[in-house]
Amino acid sequence: MIQSVLHSAGIQAARVESLWWVMFWVTTIVTLIVLFVLALAVRRASQAAAEAIDDRRLMRVVGLAGAVTVMILIGLLVRSIVTSRAIASERIDEAMQIEVTAYQWWWAVEYQHPEAEQRVRTANELHIPVGRTVAIKLLANDVIHSFWVPSLAGKLDASPGHEAVLWLRADEAGVYRGQCAEYCGHQHAHMAFVVIAEPADQFERWIQAQRQTAHQPTTEIEQRGLKLVQQGACVMCHTIRGTAAGGRTAPDLTHISSRSTIAAGVLPRDTGHLTQWLTDPQAVKPGTRMPTLSFRPEDRAAIVAYLEQLR
Amino acid sequence: MSRTPILDVPLGDAQLAAETRALEHTWAPARGIIGFFAEVDHKRLGMRFIITALVFFALGGVLAALMRIQLAVPENKFLGPDLYNQIFTMHGTTMMFLFAVPVFEGIALYFIPLMVGARTIALPRLAAFGYWIFLAGGIFLYVSFFLNIGPDNGWFSYVPLAGPEFAPGKRADTWAQLITFTEVSSLAGAVVIIVTIFKYRRPGMTLDRMPMFVWAELVTNFMIIFAMPAVMLASTALILDRLVGTHFFNQAEGGDPILYQHLFWLFGHPEVYLIFLPAQGLMSTLIQSFSSRPIVGYLALVVALVSTGFMGFGLWVHHMFAAGLPEIGTSFFTAASMMIAIPSGIQIFCWIATIWSGKLKLEPPLLFALGYFVIFIIGGMTGLMVASVPLDLQVHDTFFVVAHLHYVLIGGSVFPLFGALYYWYPKFTGKMPNRRLGLIGFWLLFIGFNLTFFPMHQLGLQGMPRRVYTYLPGLGWDTLNLAATIGAATMATAVLTIVFNAAYSLLRGEAAPANPWNASTLEWSTSSPPPPHNFYPERVVASRDPLWKDPPGQPIITGIRSDRREVLVTRVLDAEPDHRFHSPNPTVWPFVFAVALTIMFIGSIFTPWAVVWGSIPPTLALIAWTWPRKKEINDEAHPPDKAKPQLESATGPA
Repeated sequence: MIQSVLHSAGIQAARVESLWWVMFWVTTIVTLIVLFVLALAVRRASQAAAEAIDDRRLMRVVGLAGAVTVMILIGLLVRSIVTSRAIASERIDEAMQIEVTAYQWWWAVEYQHPEAEQRVRTANELHIPVGRTVAIKLLANDVIHSFWVPSLAGKLDASPGHEAVLWLRADEAGVYRGQCAEYCGHQHAHMAFVVIAEPADQFERWIQAQRQTAHQPTTEIEQRGLKLVQQGACVMCHTIRGTAAGGRTAPDLTHISSRSTIAAGVLPRDTGHLTQWLTDPQAVKPGTRMPTLSFRPEDRAAIVAYLEQLR
Repeated sequence: MSRTPILDVPLGDAQLAAETRALEHTWAPARGIIGFFAEVDHKRLGMRFIITALVFFALGGVLAALMRIQLAVPENKFLGPDLYNQIFTMHGTTMMFLFAVPVFEGIALYFIPLMVGARTIALPRLAAFGYWIFLAGGIFLYVSFFLNIGPDNGWFSYVPLAGPEFAPGKRADTWAQLITFTEVSSLAGAVVIIVTIFKYRRPGMTLDRMPMFVWAELVTNFMIIFAMPAVMLASTALILDRLVGTHFFNQAEGGDPILYQHLFWLFGHPEVYLIFLPAQGLMSTLIQSFSSRPIVGYLALVVALVSTGFMGFGLWVHHMFAAGLPEIGTSFFTAASMMIAIPSGIQIFCWIATIWSGKLKLEPPLLFALGYFVIFIIGGMTGLMVASVPLDLQVHDTFFVVAHLHYVLIGGSVFPLFGALYYWYPKFTGKMPNRRLGLIGFWLLFIGFNLTFFPMHQLGLQGMPRRVYTYLPGLGWDTLNLAATIGAATMATAVLTIVFNAAYSLLRGEAAPANPWNASTLEWSTSSPPPPHNFYPERVVASRDPLWKDPPGQPIITGIRSDRREVLVTRVLDAEPDHRFHSPNPTVWPFVFAVALTIMFIGSIFTPWAVVWGSIPPTLALIAWTWPRKKEINDEAHPPDKAKPQLESATGPA
């Protein structure tokens, strides 16, 4: 998984990466020149018989260096503004609309569609088609968070009561990791997500699958799992479309087993980790809103079995 | 006329000795336990500020070390999120409010009277109050931390995370009230320092002859007066939201969390310059003294300080680029943030020119100054990067910014500070510091610093956010974090070496002469350590570098009484003698006032009624503080010596 400013995979991040290298080289060269002159000055002033220099001559050199500084600064300023404008020009009307709502400490994702039943809800994982501009509307449910996928675009705060839109376009297929960048409390460290950029046809298949209601359990243990979920506390917070679970304060589980991680990027989604998470979420992610529920081991196994067939 | 050195005194020996004894008696520091709390001596108050601030620096450093241990390896279980979040909040709060601002205030209280040739500071009781309230705030913060109500929302304490809904308990109140303590202390100190600089300068020290450090402190303290009210508003409104249910920052009721950010950073960015500018004054001091020549570009350096002071107030939005503000506005702040590099650049060029044309003494203080160049220039360059909106949106709130701010603040401020503490050590103690330990301390600090913070640039670019208590393996962050932790251990060793040097030299150091470095400013014209009255006799200043340039036989100031604490007040611009003034005697009332105020501040965390009833004891203490004393009134009405202060020409025998 890639999470690096220096490994850009989309137009917005690529423009910043090129700005970075311009600034890196200009500032590195200036730093080296200044330190080199300083070293010469130290060497000269450490020798026994250095001749005196008139202050006015020295100030002329200082003034000249100051003028060069101003010119370099103006150059960097212009280069920075050009980059800003180029990134702004990528905002287009026909972008795909995704709404991301930040919660303590996970991300709710909703793919917009004019028809309500065509909207897709998921969590902590965004799929986007390669080459298509996406407008991500950022909201926050509680405190200020910041949505950041370094390989695709700069960060933008999600603040309660403010609506912000982040535009990005992935130009290379791949899996890009992101994470919350604004300190948001206990589990700020564990508020990650992935953006999966894939070819348009693959994306289309994915979104069609996501539109389906939850897969019906087939085996006996899976059916028992569903029953436990519906009778238990799960339904208070989680939604599993097509079942009685309709809570909205925790990640949508309708297709949880199509996702690669659980607990906002903390654990890989597999039998062992699902079991671990259900056994003691507070041990994995202290302070998480997911309570520790006391299941009998065989009940927990049934729930895991049920969740694992929610593809 | 014969050429005599400046300290040669033309008065009769007997008269001189008698007068010196009288002054020593009059200005003697207060004695006993009550005297300890009544102290108004500027050197003692300054030293208390410095030592207390250094203790907080050490505590903040221990917290930093704990964080580095936690982050040394991925998914470390050493600290949980609850403790880690308190620790990083405490670290930032301690370093900003309890170390960096007070330590320079202490240096200013100690050295500004000595540098401007005065016997004491103006308003010494206010300075004493400033110290007690600062100490009370610091103790309050650490007691809260050990009682598990230490703040945990970052040193910036953003709402709504720190608001009533998401921060139940008293942790956020502790932070907000600590701000109240430190801002009251800083404002008191700022008034003292500004008045001292404006009114207590030795005759002849016109504004354009003031040492650069005095200029830097003047600008800094004006900045304090304008910056502190913004954070006072922010923290008070936060407390009100939490305590009495106002809605300043409650978006649901028409308040605005972004307003909090504006208010905080309207203070928070100038705060960076409150820490940085005094150190620029120290840099000029060190460069001049160890290049053995007057600083090049005095006027340019003063203009750079003043313009930085003004521009420092126009940059705050660059902390908020990710908040989604309008683009035209943010570009303005990009431009302003980049342009502040101009005065910094001019200062650096002037210093290099000074070194170039000087004669270097390669002593540890100069090494610290040279270390500044390497570290601060790198920090300044990354500052240009974070000033650029698109680049900042990538590196903001990552370890890149952690690296940047430590390069700027440690390189730009702590290195000159340590250099200056070494430089002034003989003046503080009368003992020479150990040169070899000084060199070892410097190199350990320099190497340790770069090993700790340089890798953080890369970590930030590789996507590691700030303020995370742990991270997952496999993101390419492991090695760099381990390197940073090893660097932190090196820095800790460096600090221990420096502390050891201070203790060792105090016991074993050679006795220091008045002017061991052959520097040019007035603090070196008196003995090491200075006598209680600082100077006697006092000679009129005739140049920027009195100890290098003043002609011998400058006139001596007479007519200032030695049987009570009397000082000469001079005019702001030209430092012409204006009138004599009785500097206040020691009194416990500033201490009592500080204690009463502390009780009110802490009580108001728990109930708003503490403000009502709690305001009575401080009021009584203030009345007692300012109540006219009989002896003082009599003194004013019947001054035994009506002679106006005058400048006697010193034309004694050779």
